[in-house]
Amino acid sequence: MSGQRCAVVGIGQTKYASVRDDVSIAGLLREAAVRALEDAEMVWSDIDAVVIGKAPDMFEGVVMPEAYLADALGAAGKPMIRVHTAGSVGGSTALVAASLVQGGIHDKVLTVAFEKQSESDAMWALSRPIPFAPPTLAGAGGYFAPHIRSYIRRSGAPADIGIKVAVKDRLNALKNPYAHLHMEDISFSKVEESMMLWDPIRYLETCPSSDGACAMVLAAEPIGDAAASRGARPPAWLHATAMRSEPTMFAARDAVNPRAGQDCAADLYRQAGITNPRSEIDMAEIYVPFSWYEAMWMENLGFAPLGEGWKMVEEGATALDGDMPINCSGGVLSSNPIGASGMIRFAESALQVRGMAGEHQVPDCRLAMGHAYGGGSQYFAMWLVGAAKPG
Amino acid sequence: MREVAVVSFAQSVPARRADEFNEVELLMPVVHQAVADSGIPKGEIGFTISGSCDYLAGIPFAFVSGLDAVGAWPPITESHVEMDGAWALYEAWVRLQHGDIDSALVYSFGKSSLGPLTDVLSQQLDPYYLAPLWLDSVSVAALQARAWLDAGHSEEEMAEVVSASRRAARSNPNTQLAGDPDLKELLAQPYLVDPLRRHDCPPIGDGAAAVVLAVGDLARSVSERPAWITGIDHRIEPHSLGARDLASSASTREAARRAGVGRGPVDVAEVHAPFSHQVPIVAEALGLDGGVEVNPSGGALAANVVMAAGLVRIGEAAARISGGSATRAVAHATAGPALQQNLVCVLEGDKR
Repeated sequence: MSGQRCAVVGIGQTKYASVRDDVSIAGLLREAAVRALEDAEMVWSDIDAVVIGKAPDMFEGVVMPEAYLADALGAAGKPMIRVHTAGSVGGSTALVAASLVQGGIHDKVLTVAFEKQSESDAMWALSRPIPFAPPTLAGAGGYFAPHIRSYIRRSGAPADIGIKVAVKDRLNALKNPYAHLHMEDISFSKVEESMMLWDPIRYLETCPSSDGACAMVLAAEPIGDAAASRGARPPAWLHATAMRSEPTMFAARDAVNPRAGQDCAADLYRQAGITNPRSEIDMAEIYVPFSWYEAMWMENLGFAPLGEGWKMVEEGATALDGDMPINCSGGVLSSNPIGASGMIRFAESALQVRGMAGEHQVPDCRLAMGHAYGGGSQYFAMWLVGAAKPG
Repeated sequence: MREVAVVSFAQSVPARRADEFNEVELLMPVVHQAVADSGIPKGEIGFTISGSCDYLAGIPFAFVSGLDAVGAWPPITESHVEMDGAWALYEAWVRLQHGDIDSALVYSFGKSSLGPLTDVLSQQLDPYYLAPLWLDSVSVAALQARAWLDAGHSEEEMAEVVSASRRAARSNPNTQLAGDPDLKELLAQPYLVDPLRRHDCPPIGDGAAAVVLAVGDLARSVSERPAWITGIDHRIEPHSLGARDLASSASTREAARRAGVGRGPVDVAEVHAPFSHQVPIVAEALGLDGGVEVNPSGGALAANVVMAAGLVRIGEAAARISGGSATRAVAHATAGPALQQNLVCVLEGDKR
């Protein structure tokens, strides 16, 4: 990893829900931020800088809301940065915050990502007509369904892989008190019988629309060391960070298995000295807004050979008790405040190596991946965190 | 800290309505000019970052198409801030401190003519208490101007700022408003929003800007006179207009202190102050004395491409260093209503 060592010493999440009308936008962020500070055993004045992220401002109808949020996040008198990299933004935001520590600029950075989607209709906020471009979109599902169909055609995957992912993630969500969807009666037939929205994506194979925020305190090495010696709330150490972007449309691009994702993962593994990601990484929280993307990303991230990602799902390898547990928190399929969803992946991976993931903890988790993607599968942000310091 | 310098800067000629160009078309020549002028092959640039605002275009992810101007293939390490490009430059500067990459491309763009800008910016205010009032950005600035006048200043000072900006802009091809207006004529104009007259407000402009940063020896090898960033910092203040002293800029003062503005004489300052009364507020907070040349480009009163105007200030200041007409320069960028958030960047040329 480039720069100086960085540790996650505090994590806070809100309860994710369709509508959080019990709090304002600022109140939602504070709920997560206060929990992260408590976890870090810090107070507001300990924080040097604040980095916030969210997806399009149209979701809440507030233009560049960081200006309004400065007070609620204790940022007055401090530097404040607002990140926006589409759906990957929660991950990118964490990486920008980490960058401030890696660059030796600050010792204690609070980072918060959020979305309060109940303030608008996210599907249509994502579907504004672009001048001179054909208006073919109806939400993200309309964009990604053809890519999934292409994946099924290429790989010859059985038709029920998406259903299996959906069931697995909703079962995991039952073990996560913050998850939006707690579907006690989730079953294969329940998913199978749900309405087909964008063939082959059924209603229960899509992510929900959530209100929520996730926050982390990222800190320099001495602060991570102090947390480690206190012991009760150990730090997660950053082992690698990477971002990659590619253009939306051009002939050489493969939107099913994007090169930006492959390159981003390769960069991550190079930094951490990983040659066999499936055996060396203990679990991953990856961005799966539509069920089939778990199988697709298994290949893109190098956990499975090309065309065989779906086999990991079929074999149960990605289940909580499998050899490569994926999205033990329930994932994006169970909680999706879009701007926060990437950061939740990063935070959940850190919780796992800290041994603080509760009922959805992977036993003896030493190295975990956080992954986020955005745009038309073109923006990628990833990190690897470990229980021990990087070598 | 690693030595980081601005090694190239390019900007478009701002237009009141660039109807014939979309954002990518505005951006593409500027990005390619900056990269070409940097002397660093595009494929060797280690980090790319942009700043823009979705709401100007009225579509989500407006910056995504911006990538098309860069030609991000093979995929690049890239990020975006929903902020003025000056903050994108800050993030690039931080990234260069990691030590593993040596150059960065920073760009920003804004096409404000697509919507009613002053109303769009009103929706940046607190969504519960202020935004429902549709307090537009000119009215916010007028409240600040009134507070500044009440603190012992005069409308003549504002007119002098406007006149100086227009005169300076005559020698800058990248401006929208230039001339040599008479103070009396300026003061005879009617108020737009009391106490602001139309000329106290910035023009609306569509455009783009790009900067390439390089470290140490790479900067020396590609530039005859790199503009070294010897200090950079930014701070934000409380949002509510009633929670801060609008007649001064505490966050600019703090950022200037941390960036080390006072550690040496300043030859020139480029101040991102879109409204006339804001120029002296910022200049005072920066601690500039009377001998400093402020806004030789004309500043934001002459051209104000929202989301790029702060980056343009850094680019203009760097150009003065690289061109040899200044040794130490200060650039300033602002964001949020009534100077809520401010960035200060000190640039220096090698001693000769």
